[in-house]
Parts: sequence; structure tokens; C-alpha cells
Amino acid sequence: MIDSLFVGFYIFVLALFVGFEVITKVPPTLHTPLMSGSNAISGIAIVGALLVVSSVEGSLSTVLGFLAIVFAMVNVVGGFMVTDRMLDMFKRPGK
Amino acid sequence: MGDYFTYARALGYLLASALFIVGLQMLSKPKSAKAGNRWAALGMLIAIVVTVLGQQLNLAVILAGIVVGGLIGVVAARRVQMTSMPQLVGIFNGLGGGASALVAVAEFYKGGAGIEIITLVTILLSTFIGALTFSGSFVAFGKLQGLISGKPIILPLQSTIDVVFLLFVVGLGIYVGVSGSAVAFLGLIAVSLLLGVLLVGAIGGADMPVAISLLNSYSGLAAAATGFVLLNNALIISGALVGASGLILTSIMCKAMNRSIWNVMFAGVGGGADASSGQAGVAEGKTVREVSVEDAAVVMANAQSVVIAPGYGLAVAQAQHEVSELAKQLEARGVDVKYAIHPVAGRMPGHMNVLLAEANVPYDKLHDMDDINPQFDNTDVVLVIGANDVVNPAARHDQSSPIYGMPILDVDKARNVIVNKRSMNPGFAGIENELFYAENTFMLFGDAKDTMAKLNREIKDV
Repeated sequence: MIDSLFVGFYIFVLALFVGFEVITKVPPTLHTPLMSGSNAISGIAIVGALLVVSSVEGSLSTVLGFLAIVFAMVNVVGGFMVTDRMLDMFKRPGK
Repeated sequence: MGDYFTYARALGYLLASALFIVGLQMLSKPKSAKAGNRWAALGMLIAIVVTVLGQQLNLAVILAGIVVGGLIGVVAARRVQMTSMPQLVGIFNGLGGGASALVAVAEFYKGGAGIEIITLVTILLSTFIGALTFSGSFVAFGKLQGLISGKPIILPLQSTIDVVFLLFVVGLGIYVGVSGSAVAFLGLIAVSLLLGVLLVGAIGGADMPVAISLLNSYSGLAAAATGFVLLNNALIISGALVGASGLILTSIMCKAMNRSIWNVMFAGVGGGADASSGQAGVAEGKTVREVSVEDAAVVMANAQSVVIAPGYGLAVAQAQHEVSELAKQLEARGVDVKYAIHPVAGRMPGHMNVLLAEANVPYDKLHDMDDINPQFDNTDVVLVIGANDVVNPAARHDQSSPIYGMPILDVDKARNVIVNKRSMNPGFAGIENELFYAENTFMLFGDAKDTMAKLNREIKDV
């Protein structure tokens, strides 16, 4: 248990570095799409929400899981779609 | 069989994480950004599919949740106005944080008394960050939407109260650890929610770009914390990426305002654009020069280079399309037109760029502050529209000015500056702007949309 937690912590710290490295290169022009897109990625909590509903039978867990799925899906679908819509507006030079 | 699904799941999560990183990388160039976003979305789809693969599922509940949430997401994404993008992102932050917290809460009830202490710590952490992000985001939404006053709501001894609440959360957490008390756990949720309200409530409306960026970071950290609860690497990696992204944007916003994050969160400044009523007018002994629309049109039409410096006032007046039209007319006459975008020109990082992109301004015309500042020396005319503090030269030299040290657009270095403004009222900071009294500055009073439309008509006739 504690071992896998440590492995998780290693991964977390390394991913933070990757995040800093990758995101520092995003120009200000794209900061809003970056934010809405990364926001959609934080909807990864959907994975946890699905696991809650699939592993537990109690009615409280079902309610909590259902709510979590709804919240996370709004985040995921809305986030990726609105980012797509915004990026459509960024016209290439000369067009 | 069960083993194969475990492997498939592990590989699927790895692939999803890789796609998120590739997607974010591709978001760094306008040309590849759209594809990058779609790769990240594919990563999410893969993560969802491998999660439900080969599990004992409550399919009805899952499908219902996916349909309801998905539909709300589609409608929100399609309907939102670009000016309201900060509100939407704020809400999404909150829901992401809320989802993470709900998962942690469910894990708490599932674990019951037999829960390992180390798991419990991760559950409490995830619940705390998620709940705080949830309530804080809704307060941010309320302020941006104008449902709540943009003025910072500061209680007496605010920072002491914040610390006490934080200690209270820690204390409740320890008590939950010792006793397993469900009541104490509910108390922890309540205090976390309240803390989110207090923290964001204390931030002024004009500082919401920082709050939104910070909450973006929290929503990522909440997901990562939930990843520790479930020991799921996809959540940990995605959460870390989003956490890093939000922190970078927070730091960029703070630098652009020359403020520390502590100052933004606890000093209670930045009351919002509505704070500008009342005392205004012209400073004693100084005069401003007004220019008519006709003269402004002649000056711009005959210039070689024009730089447009938009502020949020432009978006409030919904004048983006008129400005874009103006730029096109000038370009047709051979004038070189660029846009100078200050990092805090909008209500969230990069907001002004999106607003102008929506009005069909090509992105290669949009220049960052660092890029455009050296070019003002060789610019014939700068047209400032609805911007104030971000073009105030006092930030460079007047040590007594509240905005001293804030990086600004050096528009005053251009040969001529035309400032479009509704009146002489100062901006949200209530600071006198010496740009308006400079010898090379001409004021063009009027609503941005009206004035730009008039300018367009005049330029046609020049």
C-alpha cells in the first residue's frame, strides 16, 4: 500500500515537471484554450466516478457516483467541445 | 480473463496519459492546437472505455450519468458567448473539483471502519481540495456573472479566520482518523466548502483572472489526490499536468499585475470595473486634447503603422467586430495594423485573443506585450480602446502610484495616441492616467462600438 503510494508520488512529481515544461511553451494567444482544454483533462475524475458506481452497491454510493459522473462528464464534454469551438476561430494568417 | 482486463486497463491509462501530454504540447502552436485538443479528447475516451471494460457494472446508472452530464456539456459549450468564457471555465473547474470530492466521499463510506490510515489521509485531502474548488468556483462564477458584487468581501481578521478554518479542517481530519466519525467527516466537508467561499469572496472582481487560474490548478490537484485514493496513475498524471498548468497561468497573471499571489488573495484590492463611479474628472492644471471622429479617421488613414491596444472595455461594448472592420479598412489602404495585447486585457488568461479571433482577426496580428513594446517607437498611431491602467506610463516611473512596477504597453512612445473612452472616469484602480494628458495623446470620447462604427464610415470617405 505505502509502496504503491510512493510510486504514485514519484509519478506525480515527474508529471508536474513535464507539465511545467510543456505548458511554459504555450503562447499567451492560446492561454484561454489551454485553460479550457486542461480543464477538460481534469475531468479524468470520471474514471474514479465510474469505479465508484461499478464497485459499490449501496444506494448512497450510487447517488454519489451518479453525481460524480454527471459533474465530470459536463467537465469533459463541455471542456473539449468549447476548446474545439474556440480553436476554430483562430484563423490562419492570410485567410 | 480478469488479468487481461487489468493489463488492458493499465496500458489504456498509459496511452491516455501520453495523449494528454501530446495534446498539451500541440496546444502550444495555433496550427496544431485543434488537433492537440482532439488527441487529448481521444485520450479521455480511451480512459473511460478501459475503465468500464470487463467490470461488474451498474450500467443503467453509468449511462444515465454520461448522457445527462454529456448533454449539459454540449449545450453549455455550444451556447456560451466568448465574453462569458471565464464564467464557463469557472463552472467547469468547480464541477471537476466536485467530482473528485464526490469520489473521495464515496470511497470513505465504502471503506468504513477498516480503512487504512494512509488511504484515509488521501481521501481527506481529496475531499478538502475538491470541496474548496467546488464552492470557490461558484463564488468566482457569481462575481464574473455579476450575481455577486465584484467588491472583495473581507471579514474583520480575514486571514486569521482563514487560518483558523484551515486548522479546523486539519483537526477534524485527525479526529476522523482516530474515531472514524462520519459526523466529523461531514463537518470537514462543510468547513472546506465554507473556506472556498471565504477565500474567493475576498478576491476582487478585477482579480478574477488569478482566481480562475488558481482554481484551475486546484481542480487538477483534486483529481491527482483522488488518483492517490484509487492508486490510479491516469488520475495522478492528468491531475499533475492540470495543476502545473494552472500554477503557471496564475504566476503569469500575477506578474502581469505586479502583485504576489498573497496580495491578490488577502489584500482585498481590485474592486471591479463598477468601482469607477463618482470622483473623476480632469486633474487640476492639466488639459486633455479632444479629437473628432473625422480627424481621427484622417490621421489613421494616412498613417503607415497603426497599433490597436484593446482593453476589456472593448468587450463590454461588444465592439470587436467594428474594430476588426476598422483594421481591415486600414489594411486595404496599405496601413500596417497590429494588435497589442496586455496579459490582463481580458477576464481570464488569453481572453482578449479569443474575443478578437472570434471577430476574424488573424492570430498573427495579435502581439504579446513583450513582442510589441519595442515597436511603439516606430508606430505612427496607437488606438487605445477601453484600456486604462495597462497603458498608464506612471507604472514605469511614478513610485507613488499604486500600479508602479506593473508591466504596461508603452503606447505613449508612439508618435500619436488616440484614446477611445466613454468619459474621463478613472479605471477600476481609480488612478489618474497621465497618458491622457500627454502631448501626443488625443481623446476620442464615446461608446466604443458607436465610435468605431463612425470611424469606419469616416475612413471610407477619406
